[in-house]
Amino acid sequence: MSKFTRRGLLKSSAVMGAGLAMPTLITSPVAAYTNEPTGGSVTLGFNVPQTGPYADEGSDELRAYKLAVEHLNGGGDGGMMNTFTSKALKGNGILGKKVEFVTGDTQTKSDAARASAKSMIEKDGAIMITGGSSSGVAVAVQGLCQEAGVIFMAGLTHSNDTTGKDKKANGFRHFFNAYMSGAALAPVLANAYGKERKAYHLTADYTWGWTQQESMQQATEGVGWETVNTVLTPLATTDFSSYIAPVLNSGADVLILNHYGGNMINSLTSAVQFGLRDKQVNGKNFEIVVPLYSELMAKGAGANIKGVFGSTNWSWTLGDEGTKAFVKSFGEKYGFPPSNAAQTVYAQTLLYADACERAGTFNPCGIGEALEGFEFDGLGNGPTLYRKEDHQCFKDVLVMQGKEDPANEYDALEIVEITPRAQVEYAPDHRMFAGGSLGKCNPGA
Amino acid sequence: MNTISKNDKALLMFVGIVAVLAPFLLNPFPADSAMAQFNAGYPDLMQRFAIFGILAIGFNILFGLTGYLSFGHAAFLGVGSYSAVWMLKLLTMNIIPALILSVIIAGLFSLLIGFISLRRSGIYFSILTLAFAQMSFSLAYSVLTPITNGETGLQLTLDDPRILDAANTTGNLPVTGLFGLEMRDTFTLDIGAWAFQFNIGYYVCAAFLLLAFYLSIRIFRSPFGLMLRAIKTNQTRLNYTGLNSRPYTLAAFVISGMYAGLAGGLMASMDPLAGAERMQWTASGEIVLMTILGGTGTLLGPVLGAGFIKYFENIFSKINESVLHGWFSLLPDGLENVIVWVLHFFVGKGWHLTLGLMFMLIVTFLPGGLMEGWTRIRNKIRGDKGGGASPSSDAATTPAE
Repeated sequence: MSKFTRRGLLKSSAVMGAGLAMPTLITSPVAAYTNEPTGGSVTLGFNVPQTGPYADEGSDELRAYKLAVEHLNGGGDGGMMNTFTSKALKGNGILGKKVEFVTGDTQTKSDAARASAKSMIEKDGAIMITGGSSSGVAVAVQGLCQEAGVIFMAGLTHSNDTTGKDKKANGFRHFFNAYMSGAALAPVLANAYGKERKAYHLTADYTWGWTQQESMQQATEGVGWETVNTVLTPLATTDFSSYIAPVLNSGADVLILNHYGGNMINSLTSAVQFGLRDKQVNGKNFEIVVPLYSELMAKGAGANIKGVFGSTNWSWTLGDEGTKAFVKSFGEKYGFPPSNAAQTVYAQTLLYADACERAGTFNPCGIGEALEGFEFDGLGNGPTLYRKEDHQCFKDVLVMQGKEDPANEYDALEIVEITPRAQVEYAPDHRMFAGGSLGKCNPGA
Repeated sequence: MNTISKNDKALLMFVGIVAVLAPFLLNPFPADSAMAQFNAGYPDLMQRFAIFGILAIGFNILFGLTGYLSFGHAAFLGVGSYSAVWMLKLLTMNIIPALILSVIIAGLFSLLIGFISLRRSGIYFSILTLAFAQMSFSLAYSVLTPITNGETGLQLTLDDPRILDAANTTGNLPVTGLFGLEMRDTFTLDIGAWAFQFNIGYYVCAAFLLLAFYLSIRIFRSPFGLMLRAIKTNQTRLNYTGLNSRPYTLAAFVISGMYAGLAGGLMASMDPLAGAERMQWTASGEIVLMTILGGTGTLLGPVLGAGFIKYFENIFSKINESVLHGWFSLLPDGLENVIVWVLHFFVGKGWHLTLGLMFMLIVTFLPGGLMEGWTRIRNKIRGDKGGGASPSSDAATTPAE
């Protein structure tokens, strides 16, 4: 009855074996995680706005990224690698692999930014994505990196949501946030302008603007100020005159501009042209506050920012060793001092590389563990902690003011106060940050 | 029941074969070579080719057949995306309900806009659709923030209800799928130095593209299609014959709106995020460009045009100065810098400039778009057999994609 013969069995098992082996013959060896680097180099993806309202910040970020790659590969003078307290980096790339990079344009649009990041991951084999000069974009790309299983090192993103309700296990932020700005600015403002003030908010209508306004409102109301009105302005607005005119008749004596980049330059210029700063309201001088400052904005707004308060993550005028080293190598390469956007992305690149070295792997989960709870110094911000609970860096915040007589166009801001880290700290489940969860680290593949 | 002609069957077969073999065709260069920069065979871009192909096919049913130039088609794409993401948030990560709802909502929305806009024709119709699209954009961007999440874009979160799916315990966001097949799953085939990527999401999009293409052939060849063409040729004369043309134009408008909704739904199914920028007038303009670039009123043209524009957007925008320096590093330093300085205006963030130049050249010399170029080449080759013209003229005119 049985048709099984020894020859038949041998034949069929040979065929079956070949069939089973086939997929392993033609597919690549299964990677342990997305884009595991196998050659002599490792690719990082720098995804920054090269067009749109934040293009200036984007190009300065790109300069800093290129400088960081040069330093990681052992070129130049090493910059902050010499002052960084962790000494894992040796100037021979990351884990012995030469660092290469690809760039993309986010256009300050979530869609375009995700498409660009996706092509970096799928086509160029990028193992880490970093950049972004808008929180909307950062949140969108961070979500993408979480799904794809690569690390996202956030660049200039200041919204509470990035490490608040939209936080992700694969995402890390070195930059400070809106809550910290509010907490640092409010006491200085109360000191300078008094405790009985009426504030009017103009706010960029997206995640950063919303949380910035909420933070400023809470912090200023905490020192006794009253909020008269809050108005949302679309991100793409270039002419703010129709938003400034109503401020005059609102009875407010302080205008808080929750705007950034080209937006802030336009709205501030508009406000000054309307003569707001020369006015007297409620028997007090009318004042303007810009919660988030940048050197590039200060440069763009020119004389209009004299005396205006704001906050930054870092300033090239600081005197510590890390700052000096960074400003020196950046200045030698490009001929002018770096902005605080440049500093944060440079630090992020170094922190990522250092975490890889300490973890001994490019696996996102290993890197995550190396960064969580990591304490370091020497990157320009003083002692800094990468908090485990929300992947947010905690460090001192700078309160800045527009200089009355700047020596040159890069010297437009001066440091008023270095707000200590303890004053801007908050619980991970603070009301403004609640509602999200990190989830689990995702190595993809 | 009329059947489709032999020629159309051949065309459909051709598109089908190209779609199936796309991962090979779009990856002509080995992965490690310098030319790998120009490879387009990675999942995200292939999905985009198919999705924008569907969008352009749909737009062509309106513009190519009736001649009504809608400047607001991106609105339907956006509405489709938002509906799809809401389905993924509320019901299930299976993309079928998402696609169904996106087509329905986009259809209803286009019925509303079409009903009003189609009371006028020509430039007034274009301006009306543009106005409606910008209105939708502004609404999505700020007023309707609770539904659209404004500028940040509508995204999935861990605590979405997803009532049809099992509870999510992984701590990670679920991924979109089709009855268990994950859209993002990619199978990589290594042959020598080449790495070909086969992505499930792409093949789903490609299947919908074929379906959309087939439907468009049927519409083009049907009496309904003939009626639409009559409207384009001379609407006044048609009205004088006592025929009310508006139901036909409205039907064409709604059909093309549903195509756009399907494209939007697919976009959200491949990458579950919907942003308001999708509805901006520049996005609407892009659809018009695609159709004109490829060849208005032709079956295959819009798909080609969509591929052409998406290729430029994704490949040329990623060539930066250091890549250029790499290419010309063999030249003397001074010459290298000059060449890189000139070229850098045309790549990276300057890709719009390159696209603009190409568009200008094509519209000036090939008013019928890429399809006209193809027809001319074919005629030339056929003519050559009899006439025997010099072979160099052929070589000069063959940069067809």
